[in-house]
Amino acid sequence: MSEVTAEGGHGAIPTGPEVPVQPRARAVQRDWPLYEVFVRGKRGLNHVHVGSLHAPDDEMAIDAARDLYTRRNEGVSIWVVRAVDITASSPDEKDPLFAPSGDKVYRHPTFYEIPDGVPHI
Amino acid sequence: MSAPTLDRSATGSPDEATLQEQFDATIAADRRIEPRDWMPEGYRKTLVRQVAQHAHSEIIGMQPEGDWLLAAPSLRRKAVLLAKVQDEAGHGLYLYSAAETLGADRADLTDKLIEGRQKYSSIFNYPTPAYADVGVIGWLVDGAAICNQVPLCRSSYGPYARAMIRVCKEESFHQRQGYELLMTMMRGTDEQRAMVQDAVDRWWWPSLMMFGPPDDESPNTAQSMAWGIKRHTNDELRQRFVDMTVPQAQALGVTLPDPDLAWDADSGHWRFGAIDWEEFRRVLAGDGPKNAERIARRRAARDDNAWVVEAATAYARKHERGAA
Ligand SMILES: [Fe+2]
Ligand SMILES: [Fe+2]
Repeated sequence: MSEVTAEGGHGAIPTGPEVPVQPRARAVQRDWPLYEVFVRGKRGLNHVHVGSLHAPDDEMAIDAARDLYTRRNEGVSIWVVRAVDITASSPDEKDPLFAPSGDKVYRHPTFYEIPDGVPHI
Repeated sequence: MSAPTLDRSATGSPDEATLQEQFDATIAADRRIEPRDWMPEGYRKTLVRQVAQHAHSEIIGMQPEGDWLLAAPSLRRKAVLLAKVQDEAGHGLYLYSAAETLGADRADLTDKLIEGRQKYSSIFNYPTPAYADVGVIGWLVDGAAICNQVPLCRSSYGPYARAMIRVCKEESFHQRQGYELLMTMMRGTDEQRAMVQDAVDRWWWPSLMMFGPPDDESPNTAQSMAWGIKRHTNDELRQRFVDMTVPQAQALGVTLPDPDLAWDADSGHWRFGAIDWEEFRRVLAGDGPKNAERIARRRAARDDNAWVVEAATAYARKHERGAA
């Protein structure tokens, strides 16, 4: 038998090569579009990305997001946005996009040396 | 998330050896891999199998207990069970969401489940003939799930780890409601106590099988552990579960159906008898008491509700055109 790992959550599942992973286009086209979901946990906090879901339109995406991501008062406000409408920087840590801030240590307060005796600074 | 990426790199893309090095360094530093990071194909495929079939287990896992929604003995018990079953649907969807960040697709995964090309936990192929089964599933099955899900909160794959943190918070309610249900029945009549014991007798061994075959039959464990997508071996997790559960069984007043169960003072662990792996393989392969029924019901849910998917899509399109 193929490798079976305990990490199937509610029980062991096989992880060998006989388990296919490649999606087929037919099923993908049938489904509703993918939405990314952002929740404001409470007043005073930013909206934070919590996951995604599929929904036919914006309104149903909000309703589904409420049922899926805020069953225990986890939020006071929800944003949904179609995944295809998000433009992202490359996630690579070596991304040149972030290089301009890499060598500007003088933007941080710790760059400046102040004698211990000076108060409130 | 399949968002387009800005490519403003002047140097072009790094070669595979460099990418592998960066990946290895991230893992070595116990930091998280995120969706559009480069990752080895084996890592991605193993994760898709793990996350997708974990999702399937949550979704199919609604059925054995769902059978008791209308028959639960009070409004309170119905409300609790409904909340629990709804959580399992949520767990499935968090996990499909994580699988999609790896290039999988929810509708396609559902097809693969229904066609039997991907599996789900064998535990859900056992029947739930008595109401005590609801309590025992919460106590033992969700208890075992907690054992293997808590370490997954530190999975090296970010979206999976984040989904598991959410799941684990909810899982503790599942186990406690089950245990409380059993405690209530144990304080009841002889008939109720017998019902609890019978359910424990039926679920104990399948619960131990939830951790999968022993380590010497799991040749890829080392690779999965090196990748940080498996944190403990199957046997370690099983032992942890037994050690946690035996005192809970004693407090409840039930007997675990294993004559070899004995405290080993030297190791500080409970020793237990041999597991029937033949049964595990048979049930996982599809020959359990309820496999056909579970899949048939999932297939019916997809096919009978296809018109809703189509109607909502048509409405959304019309609405979009009208607004433009
Ligand atoms: Fe769950
Ligand atoms: Fe659960």
